[in-house]
Amino acid sequence: MQKNSSLPSGVKTDYDRILRNAALRRRAAKAGVYTMLVIWGLIVLFPFYWMVLSSLKTQAAYDNEQTPVFFITNPAFENYVKVFSSSDIHLGRYILNTLIFTLGTTALMMAVIIPAAFAFARLEFKGKNLVFGLLLSLMMIPTELVVITNFQTITAWNMRDSFPGLILPSVTSVFYIYLLKENFAQIPDELYKAARVDGTSDFKYLMTVMIPISRPTIVTITILKVIECWNSFVWPRLITKEPDYFLISQGIQQIRESGLGRENIPGMMAAVVIVSLPLIVLFLIFRNQVMEGVSRGGTKG
Amino acid sequence: MKIRLENLTKKFPNRDKKQGDFVIAVNNFDFEIPDGKLVGLLGPSGCGKSTTLNLISGLEEPTEGKIFFGEDDVTQIPPESRGVGLVFQNYALYPHLTVQQNIMFPLQNLRGAEKLSKDEMKRRALEAAKLVQIDTLMERKPAELSGGQQQRVAIARALVKMPKVLLLDEPLSNLDARLRLQTREEIRRIQKATKITTIFVTHDQDEAMSISDLIVVMKDGVVHQIGKPQEVYDHPTNLFVATFLGTPSINVFNARVQEEQLYIGKEAVLKTPGIADSNVIAAIRPEGFLLDREGPFTLQLDRVEVMGRDTSVVCGHEASMSDVIRAIVRTDSVVDEDKDTVRFTLIPSKVHLFDPATEEDLPFTL
Amino acid sequence: MQKRKLKAWLYLLPALLFLGVFLVYPLIDVVVYSVEEGFTSVSQTYDGVGLGNYNTVLRDPDFLQALKNTVLLVAITVPLSTLLALFISLGLSSIKKLRNLFQTVYFLPYVTNTLAVGLVFMLLFDKTETTDGLINLFIRIFGGGAVDFIDGPYWAKMFVMCFYTVWVVLPFKVLILTSALASVDETYYKAARMDGTRKGRIFLRITLPMISPMIFYLVITGFIGAFKAYSDAVALFGTNLNAAGMNTLVGYVYDKLYSEGGGSPALASAAALILFAIVLTITCINLMISKKKVHY
Repeated sequence: MQKNSSLPSGVKTDYDRILRNAALRRRAAKAGVYTMLVIWGLIVLFPFYWMVLSSLKTQAAYDNEQTPVFFITNPAFENYVKVFSSSDIHLGRYILNTLIFTLGTTALMMAVIIPAAFAFARLEFKGKNLVFGLLLSLMMIPTELVVITNFQTITAWNMRDSFPGLILPSVTSVFYIYLLKENFAQIPDELYKAARVDGTSDFKYLMTVMIPISRPTIVTITILKVIECWNSFVWPRLITKEPDYFLISQGIQQIRESGLGRENIPGMMAAVVIVSLPLIVLFLIFRNQVMEGVSRGGTKG
Repeated sequence: MKIRLENLTKKFPNRDKKQGDFVIAVNNFDFEIPDGKLVGLLGPSGCGKSTTLNLISGLEEPTEGKIFFGEDDVTQIPPESRGVGLVFQNYALYPHLTVQQNIMFPLQNLRGAEKLSKDEMKRRALEAAKLVQIDTLMERKPAELSGGQQQRVAIARALVKMPKVLLLDEPLSNLDARLRLQTREEIRRIQKATKITTIFVTHDQDEAMSISDLIVVMKDGVVHQIGKPQEVYDHPTNLFVATFLGTPSINVFNARVQEEQLYIGKEAVLKTPGIADSNVIAAIRPEGFLLDREGPFTLQLDRVEVMGRDTSVVCGHEASMSDVIRAIVRTDSVVDEDKDTVRFTLIPSKVHLFDPATEEDLPFTL
Repeated sequence: MQKRKLKAWLYLLPALLFLGVFLVYPLIDVVVYSVEEGFTSVSQTYDGVGLGNYNTVLRDPDFLQALKNTVLLVAITVPLSTLLALFISLGLSSIKKLRNLFQTVYFLPYVTNTLAVGLVFMLLFDKTETTDGLINLFIRIFGGGAVDFIDGPYWAKMFVMCFYTVWVVLPFKVLILTSALASVDETYYKAARMDGTRKGRIFLRITLPMISPMIFYLVITGFIGAFKAYSDAVALFGTNLNAAGMNTLVGYVYDKLYSEGGGSPALASAAALILFAIVLTITCINLMISKKKVHY
């Protein structure tokens, strides 16, 4: 930018200084912001780094560290072999259990909530608003309140240490019915009327029109439920005593309190890495869906 | 305060690098806006009107060139020190503040020697509110006001600092048709009352023509013509200005001049002294047609639309570059609708000729 | 038409069944349990009906310790995490370069298993016979003495607990506040700039009021979430939280329900209802304040 040459020179330098100071201040503010963001980024990432790092140290090397070592040049993968071959820890089993639990719960939930959301969004019946209102008020109920009776119920049904016992009480989700119903309701009425005139059955309409249109929401709900299931701890811990039915959260806890966690910290960290990895990969793939879904109504736990 | 733009240019980096590195939003503007006038920046969307306004306000920095307020170069001065008031297209009223708090907001930013007492601020806010006639609504929140009232609050907020220049970005576009007429009169009245140099941006030619002292017609970052509304309408400097102004729009024909006569099709329709023999584009305002059984210009009659105030004769012609040809005639004139053709005489001042290559005006006098 | 109505109920049936059995019935049942004095999993009978269970729970030192821990955790982490999230979101919104990368990194704790990463935190803070742990290394660099954060003094354990909780809840808050900030119409900032509004004033008078609904939403969900803290504590201090003195209210409920010598659903129910009453009261107070303070 050309400076105005008609200005007296004194004014010119003053003016220059003001501009330079403003630019400096802006740059300093920017540097401050980036520093803060980087520091928090490091705080977030460090535990992940430490977990991977520790898992790659040999047990002997780790035990001999008086002061923690930040870098290693010779990563050891023996811990990863060890956690899968250990006799008192069945990590493979826990992962498989969690997979069954996650898939079973998510699939069953979808089968339950999609028709319900459809009924609330499209079908007319007496008492619909009343039932929906009651449903919404159920959203306020904390799981802690109902766990007690569910525990008694599952015990009475003789389902402790079984997959149905794990899955059934985890299926219900009032919030997802609500989310999906809102989404279904946004689909124009005309489509439904047109389908009715063409003689399309409700079920066919649901399957061929509503579900495809609402796919983004359904994907979001699925991802959120998968995250929830993969990390669930409280209910599985209550209902299973038999390691054959442990899920990973509980498996990890078991590892910590059994011999492995006390003796072999790198081995425990290897288990932690294996358990954490699937969700991180899932998140990195579906980053936008996950973040959008969470901001629309997920809270942790 | 008069405003002078000197070789003002604004380039934006292009998102699609295939189409070049830059988009030139404002290309080498060089004109002066006299003190105390109401000026309309007029052009189709994307022509650089809003960018021009942002450059004058200081919200954006020019790539090249200078802006003068009076004799002061303000190009490098930050927006808050320029003494401009800006009314945004969506008004940008703070939803959580009352009308009074909204209007007082700019005053509360003043510091040091300029700092005002609370009572003084209230007095000034009330004064501004009275000027735009919203002084009875001071305790309401923006959401409780109609669109027109919100617009007035926004103007009051821009005026409260007693700016030297008032800028309005599409001030009427968010209002319904009835309010639009009313509000544009209001803007005119406020400008006359305050005598502040006011620049507003619009894509609606009626708006610009009806209230401006001066209009600036722009397209693709280039100023096409500056002048009083009637002047620009009567003497468009090029084809774009001629077609952009006027409703119904001007009728355009492929034509040629031979021996100082304008030929459209095979007919010599008008004498055009001073124009050399060549192909031309002829543009005829709808009101430039006079029904005349003996007239030299024959058009295919399509239909007659009675509008009440006047009558619109819709025609066709092989040389026409517009979809239809519209002639506006008096309601008492009789058109025989059974006939296939209709004949006209042309009013010379309503006919404009343009060079087909440059699209510049070719002046002729009778 | 009658057939259509029946069909609608058919679509609803699975959901209603699940909700009825696992949500509505337990809700009534938990109240019933809570007034059945002396009911245990082993006895399956009760001595009488009354408020004795509540009395027992409220006098139980374990419960009082859990209450203290939970209230402390809530009082520290909710304001701290909300403020921290606000700063980070403001920082994030002010930059363009690397913004996506930062957002992705900051979100990672949300998708991790609380138990698993809790073990890493335990490792970082733990002091064992062989090593003082990483955090103590830093403390010593800055001239302090080594502290056992996992088995040591109460304040040290509380510190780790709060630190880990903030680490876990921040992704959600940053995400919500970043999108709230992004949804503030940019012309407000332009208008403020035209008026020469200083940065601090823009933040206090424009940004903050505009995002205040989201901040209150975060405070309310933050309170509810923090009152339900449990798995973080287990991750850091193991399952025997009472022994560690770090139990939480939810932890107390589960311990009562499922202790080694046979659980007491009655006491667990009473404790759960007390927790629910606390959370409900605080949420109502929050809502009342937000009605007054939030601007739309």
